[in-house]
Amino acid sequence: MATKSLQAKGEDLAIANKQLEILNGGIFADGELPYFKDNIAKIGHFPLRPKKLEILQINVGYMCNQVCEHCHVDAGPDRKEIMTRETMQQCLEVIKNTGAHTLDLTGGAPEMNPDFRWFVEEAAKAGIKDFIVRSNLTIIRANKKYYDLPDFFKKHNVHVISSMPHYTRGKTDKQRGDGVFDKSIKALQELNERGYGMPGSDLRLDLVYNPSGAYLPGDQMALQADFKKALKEDFNIDFHNLFAITNLPIARFLDYLIASENYEDYMYALVEAYNPSTVANVMCTNTISISWDGWLYDCDFNQMLDLKVASKVKHIKDYNEDILNDRNIIISQHCYGCTAGSGSSCQGTVA
Amino acid sequence: MADSYYDPKDLRKFGKITEWSENLGTKFFDYYGEVFKEGALTAREKSLIALAVAHTEKCPYCIDAYTKDGLQKGITKEEMMEAVHVGAAIKSGAALVHGVQMMNKHDKLSM
Repeated sequence: MATKSLQAKGEDLAIANKQLEILNGGIFADGELPYFKDNIAKIGHFPLRPKKLEILQINVGYMCNQVCEHCHVDAGPDRKEIMTRETMQQCLEVIKNTGAHTLDLTGGAPEMNPDFRWFVEEAAKAGIKDFIVRSNLTIIRANKKYYDLPDFFKKHNVHVISSMPHYTRGKTDKQRGDGVFDKSIKALQELNERGYGMPGSDLRLDLVYNPSGAYLPGDQMALQADFKKALKEDFNIDFHNLFAITNLPIARFLDYLIASENYEDYMYALVEAYNPSTVANVMCTNTISISWDGWLYDCDFNQMLDLKVASKVKHIKDYNEDILNDRNIIISQHCYGCTAGSGSSCQGTVA
Repeated sequence: MADSYYDPKDLRKFGKITEWSENLGTKFFDYYGEVFKEGALTAREKSLIALAVAHTEKCPYCIDAYTKDGLQKGITKEEMMEAVHVGAAIKSGAALVHGVQMMNKHDKLSM
């Protein structure tokens, strides 16, 4: 189990350009596999263009209490990139005036940002329809100061989306670290006690499933049925939806793929599973991702690869939705992760 | 040409079978796809049956494919190993049940 980020270890793959060299080179440069660009050009989607903006996804910092093996953010306790209140204020101005109906806070563990609660309180006032916080669950049990998070989320009608790699202890702890499973179960039970995830409840609790290794997620509905049955029978836990998300070959997951000699097979699997009907709905077509320091990206993955939007407007301080929406989305071979099978996004499948 | 009979990379080329006989290849892959769809048995149950058979057939491609398929479907390693034992038990049972033939022949030939 990793204890430090790639960045703290000074690894090559902590550098975005090194990752892009791998994604653009090797089996793609050799012509063994087609570039993503060529595949989407065949169906008239190159250059990939945004549709109506629906989701503002704000990454409030890369600090996290966990060091998950598959993390595309390379997040961890040693990451110091944290959004300041000043940048949050710039975000709030945008949130008040945006046409997007969903605000999606992510990280790292967003709750570890010292201004997280202030930001949630202020953002909730903007009356955005769906206000998501991506919580890793264990943060709720990590320290006393976080114990009241379920009540805080409920007070502001926050939609909680949480990672849960498997309904068994072994698989969960292997991906996320020892003890993660038990803490996650306890956190889910506490959320249920507040009404989160209960049948018919407006307090939305969804789970995110990522495969714990070099394979793609199976059918989302079948996995959801398995998760619901097991979590209910074993722990009396309820939740609303399960989102099956494909791991993208970025940062720590890319490092893992290469170290375990699975990189080529994984890229083959992604390309083989390429589903043209997902392309029109990939999440970069309705999302803007904002980094801790206010830069704008097509998605959280491009953020980690430091691929800023191809627009005159590149920073939250200059935000202009019309100008931003008139842009070409930046793509590379990691994008195959969002078009495999039924597709993958932060909201699950897209096909 | 590889200098061994089994190359894991050949599994990626399985679909190319169709190129040399489009009609039969297409029929096979359509049939194959249909078999593994959710039906009276779940796709999960079918994956475990396929894994067990992959072992009894000693097909390395199938073992790779259905171990991965099992992981994708959230099947645990304990479930996978039990399925392999089901296959192994049938294989050993199939050998052992011939012992009855031996007993029959023995008794017939003996005074």
